[in-house]
Amino acid sequence: MIESIFDSALGLYNYWVVIFLMMTGFYIVISRGNLIKKVIGLNIFQVSVFLFYITVGKVSGGTAPITAEGFEVYSNPLPSVLILTAIVVGVATTSVALSLVVRIREAYNTIEEDEIYAQDDPR
Amino acid sequence: MNWLASMVGDQLPVLQVIVPLLAAPLCIILRRRSLVLPFAIIVCWAAFGVSVALLREVLEVGAITYELGGWAAPWGIEYRVDALGAFVLLFVSGIGALVLTYAPRSLIDEVPAGRHYLFCTLYLLSLTGLLGIAITGDLFNVFVFLEIAALSSYALIALGGRRQALPAAFQYLVMGTIGATFILIGIGLMYQMTGTLNMVDMADRLPAVEGMRTALVAFGFLTVGIALKMALFPLHVWLPNAYAYAPSAVSAFIAATSTKVSVYILLRFMFSVFGLEFSFEHLGLGRALMPLALAGIFVASTVAIFQRNIKRMLAYSSVAQVGYMVLGISFATATGLTGGIVHLFNHALIKGGLFMAMGCIMLRLHSVDLDEMAGIGRAMPWTMAAWALGGLGLIGVPATAGFISKWYLIQAALEQGSVLVAVLLLLSSLLALVYVWRVVETAFFREPSERAREAREAPLSMLVPTWVLLGATVFFGIYTAYSAGVAEQAAEAVLRGLP
Repeated sequence: MIESIFDSALGLYNYWVVIFLMMTGFYIVISRGNLIKKVIGLNIFQVSVFLFYITVGKVSGGTAPITAEGFEVYSNPLPSVLILTAIVVGVATTSVALSLVVRIREAYNTIEEDEIYAQDDPR
Repeated sequence: MNWLASMVGDQLPVLQVIVPLLAAPLCIILRRRSLVLPFAIIVCWAAFGVSVALLREVLEVGAITYELGGWAAPWGIEYRVDALGAFVLLFVSGIGALVLTYAPRSLIDEVPAGRHYLFCTLYLLSLTGLLGIAITGDLFNVFVFLEIAALSSYALIALGGRRQALPAAFQYLVMGTIGATFILIGIGLMYQMTGTLNMVDMADRLPAVEGMRTALVAFGFLTVGIALKMALFPLHVWLPNAYAYAPSAVSAFIAATSTKVSVYILLRFMFSVFGLEFSFEHLGLGRALMPLALAGIFVASTVAIFQRNIKRMLAYSSVAQVGYMVLGISFATATGLTGGIVHLFNHALIKGGLFMAMGCIMLRLHSVDLDEMAGIGRAMPWTMAAWALGGLGLIGVPATAGFISKWYLIQAALEQGSVLVAVLLLLSSLLALVYVWRVVETAFFREPSERAREAREAPLSMLVPTWVLLGATVFFGIYTAYSAGVAEQAAEAVLRGLP
């Protein structure tokens, strides 16, 4: 009984980290009005998914997937490769987002969401 | 010559994606405006030609598969074209080509000349992404193409002339990325359970693990992610501003294609991969989608009635129209799906045409405000006549394409004995009538505004593509073999499942 609790609490700690980061990032995106902070939140959110994929690929007791004598169990390399692509996508997203923020700052002189919308339709 | 034709014939699926993909960086190299635009237009029409050939082949021999680099599925990436995919490819590439043919004159007005080559690059990349989603048989590929299409469209929207385009693009980026990441999580969970990314293989292996909670979580993430991407009410907030402030040509292209492709992803995942039984009978996806679809139709149509900016009004109408497509899907019957799928096509034509007509007005009036449009029907009779024709399609007047979709949807509702839904569908057409009539009345029966008096008819280079697209809505309202006929085949293929 205690062992099973131990397993799900600590044995799966990668997943707990993933969930924590995912929710943190998501919360920052939703709750912050500062556009840069939103981009940071979005990044944390995406990174949590990268960690998740890498965790999925790990085979316990497995080594790096390079054939060598004396090793039988290898980790699955595919998720890492997939996530390499996703990291590129993430970098591209961040750069597009940041360049938009730069142009928003030039056009509105602020990067606070509420101030931007207030400038466009003053009530 | 024959060997050449057969060689090209074998490679059609990959050509569909690779032609616009390789042409995109070439646009940066060509750089000169006078070279880039004709080049990009030719590339788009070539992509359209490929999709026509693909659809013909699919209708003759059934689904085509293509192994990328000769790696056998399920290890390699597989492209898979069935009736539904070929249908989506056809209208996405067709509208992409038509809108770009229309674009040059409007670009001069709205985008600084130094950025035209970048516009073409982004446009082709966006087209690549959308076509790639519809053709691939690999789940991770869907995510990659989704992001290619999305990232380029954020940049395209940000090219809009007014500064509101920037926050609109940023908001779209944030919500689009969240949606795509949700889809990525869903795909990851599915991979975790089955160890495969190939759709056919996945559909094979999923039933064994469908009882697990991981499958449910994956399903949840995918549904929410896709709903965000296709702007299903209430996840549509990014859409109105993005469509309203983008350059006219971009609005026309994105409004006509991007949400439709997302609806295609929904069909693919929920029917082909998870399967009808799991999604609809076990989890009751239909019961979840139907209220959202109906709420979307009514709320968005009502909000559309109160918009002063007509591009924004059309954008809200798009949210409502996505509701119709999802409603058709939520029935999960052959008739309902046919209605949903044919509405993908019909609405793409109608909304593409309407946004193109708005582009003509933007060119001459430098505004798309309803008050400025007063009396514009006298100065620009051809443009506004085209607009009115598209408007009739939105309402669903007989002999327009919109009628065909609604006819199928109402039939599907009656088949299931839900008279209430059928009545609601008819009532919702009245809302469309109100927002379309508002514009028609202002344009034709009001005293011309000062700007409208000075306006001239739009140039032929823009009018002709607009009329081709909106003329097609009448054509497909009467002659439905290639719209509803193909949609029926696609619906049957979807219901049958993979392979």
